[in-house]
Amino acid sequence: MEVPYTSKPRPDTGLYNAKVGIWLFLASEVMLFGALFSSYILLRVNALEGTWPHGLLNIPIGTFNTAVLITSSITVVMAWASLKLGQFNRFKIYQGITILCALAFMVIKSVEYKDKFTHYQVWLKDGETIRGHIEVPGIEGKPWFMTHKKLEAMEAVDHITIHPDPKPHVASAGGEAPEAHKSENHGGAEEHAHEPRRIEKADIKRLSAFVPAHSTYFAIYFTLTALHALHVMGGALVMAYLWGPGSKMWKTDPERFTNRIEVSGLFWHFVDLVWIFLFPVLYLL
Amino acid sequence: MQHTTQTAPHETSHAHEHHDLGFWRTYVFSTDHKVIGIQYAVTSLAFLFFGFCLMLMMRWQIAYPGQQIPVFGKLLEAILGETAKGGVMSPDLYNVFGAMHGTIMVFLAVVPLAFAGFGNYVVPLQIGAIDMTFPRLNMASYWTFFLGCVIMFFSFFIPGGAAQAGWTSYSPLATTIPTDGQTYWLIGMVLLITSSLLGAVNFIATIIQLRAPGMTWMRLPFFVWAQFVTAFLLLLAFPPLEAAGIMQLMDRVFHTSFFLPTGLMVGGQVADISGGGSPLLWQHLFWFLAHPEVYVLILPAIGIVSEIIACNTRKTLWGYRSLVYSALAIGFIAFIVWAHHMYLTGMGTKISAFFQTTTMIISIPSVIILTCLFITLWGGSIRFNTPMLFALAFLPMFGLGGLTGLPLGFSFADLHLHDTYYVIAHFHYIVAPGTIFALFAGVYYWYPKATGRMMNEFWGKVHFWVSFIAMNLIFQPMFAQGMAGMHRRMYDGGATYSGVLDPETGDVVGLPGFIISLNKGITHAAMLLALAQLPFIINFFYSMFKGKKVDDNPWKATTLEWQTPTPPPHGNFDKHIEVYRGPYDYSLPGAKDDFTPQTEPSHK
Ligand code: HEM
Ligand SMILES: [Cu+2]
Repeated sequence: MEVPYTSKPRPDTGLYNAKVGIWLFLASEVMLFGALFSSYILLRVNALEGTWPHGLLNIPIGTFNTAVLITSSITVVMAWASLKLGQFNRFKIYQGITILCALAFMVIKSVEYKDKFTHYQVWLKDGETIRGHIEVPGIEGKPWFMTHKKLEAMEAVDHITIHPDPKPHVASAGGEAPEAHKSENHGGAEEHAHEPRRIEKADIKRLSAFVPAHSTYFAIYFTLTALHALHVMGGALVMAYLWGPGSKMWKTDPERFTNRIEVSGLFWHFVDLVWIFLFPVLYLL
Repeated sequence: MQHTTQTAPHETSHAHEHHDLGFWRTYVFSTDHKVIGIQYAVTSLAFLFFGFCLMLMMRWQIAYPGQQIPVFGKLLEAILGETAKGGVMSPDLYNVFGAMHGTIMVFLAVVPLAFAGFGNYVVPLQIGAIDMTFPRLNMASYWTFFLGCVIMFFSFFIPGGAAQAGWTSYSPLATTIPTDGQTYWLIGMVLLITSSLLGAVNFIATIIQLRAPGMTWMRLPFFVWAQFVTAFLLLLAFPPLEAAGIMQLMDRVFHTSFFLPTGLMVGGQVADISGGGSPLLWQHLFWFLAHPEVYVLILPAIGIVSEIIACNTRKTLWGYRSLVYSALAIGFIAFIVWAHHMYLTGMGTKISAFFQTTTMIISIPSVIILTCLFITLWGGSIRFNTPMLFALAFLPMFGLGGLTGLPLGFSFADLHLHDTYYVIAHFHYIVAPGTIFALFAGVYYWYPKATGRMMNEFWGKVHFWVSFIAMNLIFQPMFAQGMAGMHRRMYDGGATYSGVLDPETGDVVGLPGFIISLNKGITHAAMLLALAQLPFIINFFYSMFKGKKVDDNPWKATTLEWQTPTPPPHGNFDKHIEVYRGPYDYSLPGAKDDFTPQTEPSHK
């Protein structure tokens, strides 16, 4: 007993089963990401004046990654079209490129993540905030995931050194103190921007890497991009399976195999589409 | 029964296709929709009982605050230790049980039973399909659900116990409670939601793709329509809660502030968080699911009741099309009423006016459905068997629950009634004597199809009458308590707020003694309800082996599930199925029987 319409479309609906399935699944995915995007809007609209950070993400890298995903979107269609034309070898090439693009995307995203985990913001008790890379005595290289709580627990440490980012005034948008107050007190900061600065532990109110706990901005950034990355990985795994061992089906049931490629392609388009929204919303706006 | 014994000659081979799958693949990791349906049903019936036991112990604490729980008290102390010291329920334990009663009843009992259990078993049979569209997905869905159940259940035994912030899990409370229960709750919920989504995709695809030849949309049994709309509700409403669950999990595990406002104080100190989040965001996302969820709880129940009423009045359903369109209307409007749970959050008159209006509008299709079912009874030659009794009781109980919901839909009345026992009474009338009765009706009705044997009628009727009386004794007084101002989620049953005489005016300020004394009666009725389930449980297992044997169509019903061998084999039908007529052709003039199956050709 076989469930009918697995490869041939049902005459009155014009669809084969998996196509109905994937569209329904994508509808629920739209609601999932839709809820997160709505949350983004609500959090951002409700944010207190000057507490929503800008310009903390690497736009060139983000743009490049967008291009990578758009490329994969094209090749995934070409792969399916090749199968429709009966050209299995061309399918192998195009789908291979798609999978490589997915991998490239993930590698680039990890580099971006790593950058964030070692990049810090310090809120001082006098209201100043500084962003940059830090050195903590006793820790070699750039510390990961340091927080003021961990610092407090490190009794041997009485200070940290920070290498402030250039353009501290753009960055200060994330601070709590009003803009005017800061430029009065630290008007000279601009030209010394790159000089390392010693900060006493006792002066630190809060310290956080660019991790989810840093702010609601990074919270939603990491939640959205990590969920998206999970989708990229899931999609890549399925496509890799269909490219490798799963492609044996081409010999036994080419129509059903082509359907599988179409369905995984639809999913892949959705994953791309989500990114097309994520990129401007998180990087540019 | 000529139509059930006749076998098309080319189909006799089905026995040979029964390749031996072995015990595990046949009964445990099965992809057969009927096995999966029964797995869902048994798991959720067990959780229904468990959720009820939690509530029984809570009811004891409400009626007799601070006194040792009889029988279970010592056991509780032995298992859970400090939090049930001396067999007395501590406030923390009351919160745990309350939150888990709600969660278990909704997500682990009623939805999996009504949607996944009955839906899996009955829908493919009723549309004449051999299985669900995606059998392996179906299996994955059950096991994801099972894992979610295990995590929820396990969380009772971790230090600090299970979640305590109510089934609604409002932040900041849910986020700042220091025990780990809420984290387990969230992980469990993410699994349960994932399982529901897989199930919903499968149901919709099955109904769209696998209808037998001739089974047009308007020939679908109403139960199938109800499940169809339910599946859409799950598919589109659950993802936002999954998103919310992920965000609350982030708040708890990675210390983000999605739902935590700036300047939040915890235990007298400013919390060490970034702040900037919104507690209202959680409420919106939660109710965006949880209102459609109430229709997920009720639509399959209405579907079951419709099947049973049509069959046992020997009449076609009055207004089949109105029923279908009403169910669809409910499906759409269910997505734009959610904020009627949030009138007290200060949403402003314009928005509140919008949600009051949509709430009133959505009551119209519900009333149409109920009216159609009542009119169907008119002039029918009603058979008062056990399933029919439960189905009949469903109608007024659902009606009562629905009507008492209207005042809650108006913000001015809700200001007074919000979070009182009136709300508890209102929605329990819908889910307990409402949905649960419909589910019992369904168990009694389809039991002979699944097992080939009848459940005992006498004990079925005992089960019905005692349950019916007990249910009303439990929930009717709660209306009075709520209107008197008794709050829900109070572990002493309102004793803290018991009334005192104001010497100046002579009025009682606080809860009158009579209102509080109702607690005892309610608790005793709940014990009676527990007793009334014993005949059901025994009947359920006993009849499996000793019940009266029946043929393939014991109720003389028209829909396709009665055209299969009993119990249906793998692949369901032993003949080619073609549908020629609507689902409820009972008592057709000139027909040879008082029922004409859907497979009966029109001109013969
Ligand atoms: C038939 C037996 C049942 C009884 C005696 C019962 C009793 C109660 C009572 C007294 C409360 C209020 C507890 C409090 O506020 O402290 C409650 C809460 C609740 N019940 Fe039930 N219930 C029953 C069945 C059900 C069913 C079948 C469902 C769902 C389908 C359900 C869902 C809930 C929910 C969601 C809450 C709210 C929990 C919370 O406050 O977070 N109950 N129940
Ligand atoms: Cu509602």
